[in-house]
Amino acid sequence: MPALLEVRDLKKYFKTKGGMLHAVDGINFALEEGKTLGVVGESGCGKTTLGRTVLHLLEPTDGKIFFEGKDITTPTKNELHDLRAKMQIIFQDPFSSLDPRKSVSESIMEPLKLRKKHSKADMLKEMRELMDTVGLAARFENSYPHELDGGRRQRIGIARALSLKPKFIVCDEPVSALDVSIQAQVINLMLDLQEERGLAYMFVTHDLSVVKYISDDIMVMYLGQMVEKAPSDDLFSDTRHPYTKALLSAIPAPDIDDKTERILLKGEITSPVEPKPGCRFMARCRYAADGCEKPQKLEEHAPGHFVACCRHKEI
Amino acid sequence: MEENLLEIRDLAVEYHTDDDVIYAVNNIDLTVKKGETLGLVGETGAGKTTIAKSILRILPPLQAKLMSGEIIFDGQDVLKLSEKEMRKIRGNRIAMIFQDPMTALNPIETVGYQIAEAIKQHNKIHRSEADKRACDMLEMVGIPMDRFDEYPHQFSGGMKQRVVIAMALACNPGLLLADEPTTALDVTIQAQVLDMMRSLRTRLDTSVILITHDLGVVADFCDSVAVTYAGEIVERGTARHVFKSPGHPYTLGLFGSLPRLNSTERRLSPIKGLMPDPTDLPKGCRFCDRCPEASEQCREAPPAGVETEPGHIVKCHLAKGAG
Repeated sequence: MPALLEVRDLKKYFKTKGGMLHAVDGINFALEEGKTLGVVGESGCGKTTLGRTVLHLLEPTDGKIFFEGKDITTPTKNELHDLRAKMQIIFQDPFSSLDPRKSVSESIMEPLKLRKKHSKADMLKEMRELMDTVGLAARFENSYPHELDGGRRQRIGIARALSLKPKFIVCDEPVSALDVSIQAQVINLMLDLQEERGLAYMFVTHDLSVVKYISDDIMVMYLGQMVEKAPSDDLFSDTRHPYTKALLSAIPAPDIDDKTERILLKGEITSPVEPKPGCRFMARCRYAADGCEKPQKLEEHAPGHFVACCRHKEI
Repeated sequence: MEENLLEIRDLAVEYHTDDDVIYAVNNIDLTVKKGETLGLVGETGAGKTTIAKSILRILPPLQAKLMSGEIIFDGQDVLKLSEKEMRKIRGNRIAMIFQDPMTALNPIETVGYQIAEAIKQHNKIHRSEADKRACDMLEMVGIPMDRFDEYPHQFSGGMKQRVVIAMALACNPGLLLADEPTTALDVTIQAQVLDMMRSLRTRLDTSVILITHDLGVVADFCDSVAVTYAGEIVERGTARHVFKSPGHPYTLGLFGSLPRLNSTERRLSPIKGLMPDPTDLPKGCRFCDRCPEASEQCREAPPAGVETEPGHIVKCHLAKGAG
């Protein structure tokens, strides 16, 4: 089965005073219909930039993007217009991603309006169905964002993203701003929608327990590069990369008898401006050795499980 | 029986706005022993931060109204102290770490100056002596001394939070109020900061109230837990008791809502509905509208605290007392 979305050697650099900032540096992945790719990493690792570059909200510096088998790296204006309907995004902050002067119904109907294909009556019908789908009571139709709590606002964001019946949605930290009890409601809703509509998600987050829950494959990023990618369960049961190991051990488990030994990393994330060619994690890695100064190749450790670490077999 | 360092009895705080009265904290009781770390857990708007601010008396004076209660710190009721006496306590014997290290520091003063300022405020010592102590504090939180003259914007988020912690601990306080100290940080940095706080609290024998919504951090860091919901403490006890045998349906709901690394479940079991509006709280149990077990009794009368195990108190009609 051909992948719905395929990304080859994607790069996105930004010009800064100090030189080129390598935000996304040579990322490869493929995503099938109805599947979820989790993208995890700490702030500044390039995960949000990756999501936005795939959607053409940012123009890629280099590399190729294929969607439904077609090269969409440099789309024409018309092609991009059609693509927008098939690829959508849900933003992190439900407080700033909604227009404060638009009511719930206006926000949800706006994408339909821009398509100019629907009559007013159709749009209203569609909007009511969408509100019902995402679990927003009809009485909120004429409410404004400031009257609603974070969970309900995020539901508007989801309804709006669904309105053009996309096949692929980038979810950029969609539940990070929500309280745990509300977070669970929204995650369940997203899983239901995926089953009903066969949606493919790219789920960008820093929260590893959420990502394990929702993803088929997980990609771990560090300073613009992919350090490890594996099927969700494999990544947790057979962690290979020293950075992934440290990241997993750093999460405090809600269990009083948890005896996980924390791997404390030295120092902090280094700068992605004009990075050296070797392993970018080297400065903080407890296993760093001579071979780490060379560029790291991605090796297939097990079927579908890729690691970019020259010492992954020994450690 | 160890000595109680802090004892809160029957505390109630309301916020008065033009149209409404917000019932933020409703008759809570809480104790913290010497050297103990208490985790104050709850969701946004549960009243966690209001409790901490009441202890330091830094609630917004125009809106906040203290309705009842006493806060006994080291034998004194801080609510009865004059503003002048209170100033000797704030930052000296009780210190607070705020959630956002980016806004807690003064951007136009060096970090060293800001730490020394706190020390000078409470000790009659010479400038150079205060600077020397500030240097020691920086070293203690793992920042090299030669960064003494740098400004907050030259530090990363994790480093700024270390500066804020150094400042809070500079006068060796008996009680540290930490309001979501690691929420704004990445997990690997959070692990570093928690590890540092753990060794400092043992070294300085400080009691800590850790305010958080992260049950993982509580399991890792706290001796006892108080779960807040809609301005009440619905359950409190040792961390072991609360994690091993949670008694309140809300606590159970919180645990069910958490995605876990070691589970294979494909669906979470969230708590249905939303927190009640704090201007219009239900007259019975505050949780009854969202509770799967709610009965007529729960809607009519507020439940009293039941001691299910020694020191483990659950505010629920359905909780069974020990023995």
